Amino acid sequence: MSSYSVTEPSARQKWFAGSLVVLYAIITLLPLIWIIGTGFKSPSDAIAYPPKTFFQPTLEGYVNLFTTRTRVTEEQLKQMGEPTTWYDRLVRKDGLIIAGPSRFSERFYNSVIIGFGSTVLCIVLGTAAAYAFSRFKVPLKDDLLFFILSTRMMPPIAVAIPIFLMFRSLGLNDTHAGMILLYTAVNLSLSVWLLKGFIDEIPIEYEEAALIDGYTRFQAFYKVVLPQAATGIASTAIFCLIFAWNEYAFAVLLTSGNAQTAPPFIPTIIGVGGQDWPAVAAGATLFLVPVMVFTILLRKHLLRGITFGAVRK
Amino acid sequence: MLHSSIDRAAQATPPPVAQRIKGLSDRAIAWIFVAPSIVLLLAINIFPLIWTIRLSFTNFRVNRPNEPVQFVGLRNYLNILTDEDIWLTMQATAHFLIWTIVLQVLIGFSLAYLINKKFRGNDLWTTIIVLPMMLSPAVVGNFWTFLYQPQIGLFNYAVGFLTGADPSSFSMIGDTALAPWSIIIVDTWMWTPFVMLICLAGLRSIPSSIYEAAECDRASSWRQFWTITVPMVLPFLMLAILFRGIENFKMFDLVVQLTGGGPGSITELTSINLKREAFEKWRTGYASAYAVILFVTVFGLASIYVKALNKVKQR
Repeated sequence: MSSYSVTEPSARQKWFAGSLVVLYAIITLLPLIWIIGTGFKSPSDAIAYPPKTFFQPTLEGYVNLFTTRTRVTEEQLKQMGEPTTWYDRLVRKDGLIIAGPSRFSERFYNSVIIGFGSTVLCIVLGTAAAYAFSRFKVPLKDDLLFFILSTRMMPPIAVAIPIFLMFRSLGLNDTHAGMILLYTAVNLSLSVWLLKGFIDEIPIEYEEAALIDGYTRFQAFYKVVLPQAATGIASTAIFCLIFAWNEYAFAVLLTSGNAQTAPPFIPTIIGVGGQDWPAVAAGATLFLVPVMVFTILLRKHLLRGITFGAVRK
Repeated sequence: MLHSSIDRAAQATPPPVAQRIKGLSDRAIAWIFVAPSIVLLLAINIFPLIWTIRLSFTNFRVNRPNEPVQFVGLRNYLNILTDEDIWLTMQATAHFLIWTIVLQVLIGFSLAYLINKKFRGNDLWTTIIVLPMMLSPAVVGNFWTFLYQPQIGLFNYAVGFLTGADPSSFSMIGDTALAPWSIIIVDTWMWTPFVMLICLAGLRSIPSSIYEAAECDRASSWRQFWTITVPMVLPFLMLAILFRGIENFKMFDLVVQLTGGGPGSITELTSINLKREAFEKWRTGYASAYAVILFVTVFGLASIYVKALNKVKQR
């Protein structure tokens, strides 16, 4: 192969393009770095002017995120003796004591349960439907597929009223089960469309061979198609998980005390005199970093996922 | 084709095996596999939608369950379409929609074009640029209110640093002239990578032989860009615009957390306005009619757009 090609950009073009893209990447990354950094600032460093790039890192934000605190007088503080743990020491320096755990870990746990629960359900239903759409003659196939996609166009608020009424009469308001069902329905269009694309790519000859060998349809599906579609199923699952994880509108309207997830909770973290930014940033960090890791893992399938399989690289 | 090969296989295999193959008919399996998904979508999407349509003709209020529900005909619809505040909301939404799409298309396409120059490490930088897109809009929106703080915010500081303006002299969220731009900036920051990725797929789908042929014909690179690159990427770009258009028409989480619709109702997009009618004023019937109007608008605009998209694809 010759090394010269008319379509290959010159070294200077590459250098120019590269530096512009790197510049944009750094600018776009700044807010995220700032979130992570603020989580390790003390409250006074967080609101310092000019904004502090270098600071003494502290875990105060994380302690404040996971606890509630009450103010005590100095005499009371003296009477209590020496603090026993590092986090006790951290809050007592401001004349506070730890009163108990905050609701953050509960909310985070809700996010995990609802996220994973809906993802599993979504994948089970989606794989079955996608397989049928891909391999069988389903009556009104195109209409059904379009119907499934169109459920995604509805603004969440538009169906929230009757869902609220329906859940209330079924006793599903503010429950994990209700939210899992709801998020499954929301993500099902994504899972069916993506998985259909992945299954379409598996040559049908494999199954035919299996059927000739005496497998039943179910066995062929189970032992031939599923292993072949494993990568596709895994990346679809991560997409469903991320979308359920990030969902806010339904969560804020339909949950309050019991099944509230983290996105509506994090913005309500209040400190003394306004929002407690290091605690908010700490919560945001714990909430966003897993998604960042997943995004990096998913980078090869990212485009496909966000366009419902319309664009494949 | 599939059926015939299975049938042939069934005839060629000994009876016990053939029986196993038959088991359930394909049609039955297809229904068993598809039905649960359809049922769930009917229960949680279509049933509520029909309910919304029914409520939209009444004066029902969720917070007053004991009041008699009256059928009011089209009065809710007429009230909405003649309400000037709602038209203002629609204008705010249109402003947001148009500017986010324009900015995201310009920046996203440029970035894709640059990344397609295949400089070293372009994969790594692409992955970094993509990060904001996958994050929770509510959490990110909330944190941006911190970055937008007049004196201490990073955004104001950076603008002050670059332009020499006093960072405490302006408030992106508090100022009526700047607030619409505050939401456009954050949305553009989050979603430009989406447009970029789709454009990149478009650019990479162009076979290099076309450029080689153009080079042989001594077409200038400017000419190549407008006659090859742009038309070949256009269907991809239009798809990106469709997705962004639908998503931003529904926009709720990011803007609620950033500006909450304020100051006043300058950034009150339709979804936020609808939420206020439905869950703060509890005018359920009225809000249902509002929801139906929005849904019909999205659906109608999207269908017209998809037709145009298909025409571009065929060319």
